[in-house]
Amino acid sequence: MSTGTEQAEQGGTVCAVRDLIKTYPATRGRRGVARTPAVRASDGITLDIRRGEIFGLLGPNGAGKSTLVRQLTGLLRPDSGSVHVLGHDVVRHPERAARLLGYLGQESTALDEMTVALAVETTGRLRGLGPYEARAERDAVLAELALDGLADRPLKKLSGGQRRLACFAAVLTGDRPLLVLDEPTTGMDPVARRAVWAAVDRRRAERGATVLLVTHNVLEAETVLDRVAVIDRGKVIACDTPGGLKERVSDEVRLDLVWRDRPPLDVPEVAALESAAHVAGRRWTLRLPADRARAAVADVTSGAAFAALDDFTLATPSLEDVYLALGGRAEGLVKA
Amino acid sequence: MSGVSAQAVAGAAPTGGRARSDGTPDAPGREAWPAPLAPRARLLPALGAVYRAQLSRARVARIPLLFVATFQSVGIMVLMRGVADGPAEARAVVAGSSVLVVAFVALNLLAQYFGQLRAGGGLDHYATLPVPPAAVVLGAAAAYASFTVPGTVVTAVIGCVLFQLPMAHLWVLAAVLPLAGAALAGLGAFLGLLAPRQELATLCGQLGMSAALLLGVLPAERLPAVLGLARDLLPSTYGVEALIRTFDADPDWLAVGVDLGVCAGVGLLALTAATWAFRRAATR
Repeated sequence: MSTGTEQAEQGGTVCAVRDLIKTYPATRGRRGVARTPAVRASDGITLDIRRGEIFGLLGPNGAGKSTLVRQLTGLLRPDSGSVHVLGHDVVRHPERAARLLGYLGQESTALDEMTVALAVETTGRLRGLGPYEARAERDAVLAELALDGLADRPLKKLSGGQRRLACFAAVLTGDRPLLVLDEPTTGMDPVARRAVWAAVDRRRAERGATVLLVTHNVLEAETVLDRVAVIDRGKVIACDTPGGLKERVSDEVRLDLVWRDRPPLDVPEVAALESAAHVAGRRWTLRLPADRARAAVADVTSGAAFAALDDFTLATPSLEDVYLALGGRAEGLVKA
Repeated sequence: MSGVSAQAVAGAAPTGGRARSDGTPDAPGREAWPAPLAPRARLLPALGAVYRAQLSRARVARIPLLFVATFQSVGIMVLMRGVADGPAEARAVVAGSSVLVVAFVALNLLAQYFGQLRAGGGLDHYATLPVPPAAVVLGAAAAYASFTVPGTVVTAVIGCVLFQLPMAHLWVLAAVLPLAGAALAGLGAFLGLLAPRQELATLCGQLGMSAALLLGVLPAERLPAVLGLARDLLPSTYGVEALIRTFDADPDWLAVGVDLGVCAGVGLLALTAATWAFRRAATR
């Protein structure tokens, strides 16, 4: 780790990405496999991740988040552009990435048939720890994540969330200054999620660790991230703190209306709202300026409209609203 | 910090950072900065760790298959008992069936394992650890080869009893097993890592095992010339040959040594090729 002055010189940038471009070539169709056109999965991505922050990549599936992460971890070579991790050029020296960061991918195939304890210990050994160190770290990490009870169970016998937590435990061994986590909390219950974020916070507070988090969960993004890059179709469409991003659409609020059966379109006020609504079954979602939203609430909470209304919520904008306002496709985002 | 400034920093931060030929980044202001790299895992400890993990994996997932491998070989010997009418045939059947256990596990199952690992994204796990590819390949190959030991010994002993062959020199299995195991496991890993699709890896493993079965169990003299050539190309053949020779009352140890030497050479080649294939598959 560098000294304070050097960090100041570098702006404390742990990971610097410049003009990253990666195109997956078109594939020819085979029997049973459709032809796919060429996809530009990273389209001129530039971003900086600073030391000690939890930096998020937010976007729906297929936005290019994992492709970006695979280039940062040396797994995929970009067509052009540069990636520096802690001052090392990982495009030129992809093998150095493994000595700088811990990576939690989406798959656990490599560890599935091992017990939790052995998976964590082996990963530690393969990160260069000695046998005693690896065992000590294994015990510490399993205790930290409350996995001791599952230590002797093979990963594939665990639930999805438990397995994910065990893989996360493996990532924590070997003390890396940068942790790259690709949707770490998928399938986890709230207790496991809290254990993950507590472990991340501890490493940040005690060792100044930096975290790059890939997520398509807007609630998680709002609560844990220091800064977030919003990714859509291979581009960074915005990069700011969650609060800063939400300020961009702060003049708007979100109104959700859920109708009992079908919307009372014979009520003129309701009919007028329909064109602005995003309709999903019985649910209408509207993004309106605050005063118009207030008026709309007054309209639907009286008379015939109120009789047809099952539920409504009025909320300040979320990152999902920001995402939509920026022109992203929100279908793949999760709010849980 | 706004989204715009995230783009704008491009001008301020060093974008070049081009590495010198000696590998040290040399952009202005960066000389002192690159963070120290964590140590690499050294070959032997990493190999040991992979071996241990694979062994435990196999214990969980592979024991039924080991029974299958052994029963298959014993079954073949029982079937061939009525057909193999001379001492040469009997030796070929017993040696071929014993080495077939190695082919089943080391070639077939390892090809499937690496095929599955590649298809399921499991190679990413190893590729993001500072571990030499050779350690992963050798560790897995060694573990799979180890698992053939009980089956091979049981098959050889049962074969000797069935066909009334001397067991005095069966200790040579201690050399045949690791060397044939290395050659076949290397081949299996190579095929599994190279196959573009998982089904192809499985197919290659099955074909390799079928070849070891047909070309190993049948006596060489009875094969047509083309198959004889294929037999010579198959690495397991030399393990089988070495084993056949030791059923003599006074074996030709020099020839046994040559056969095992070929096995070792092929094993080295196959494992080197598999390591290359691993590197290639891991950094697509």
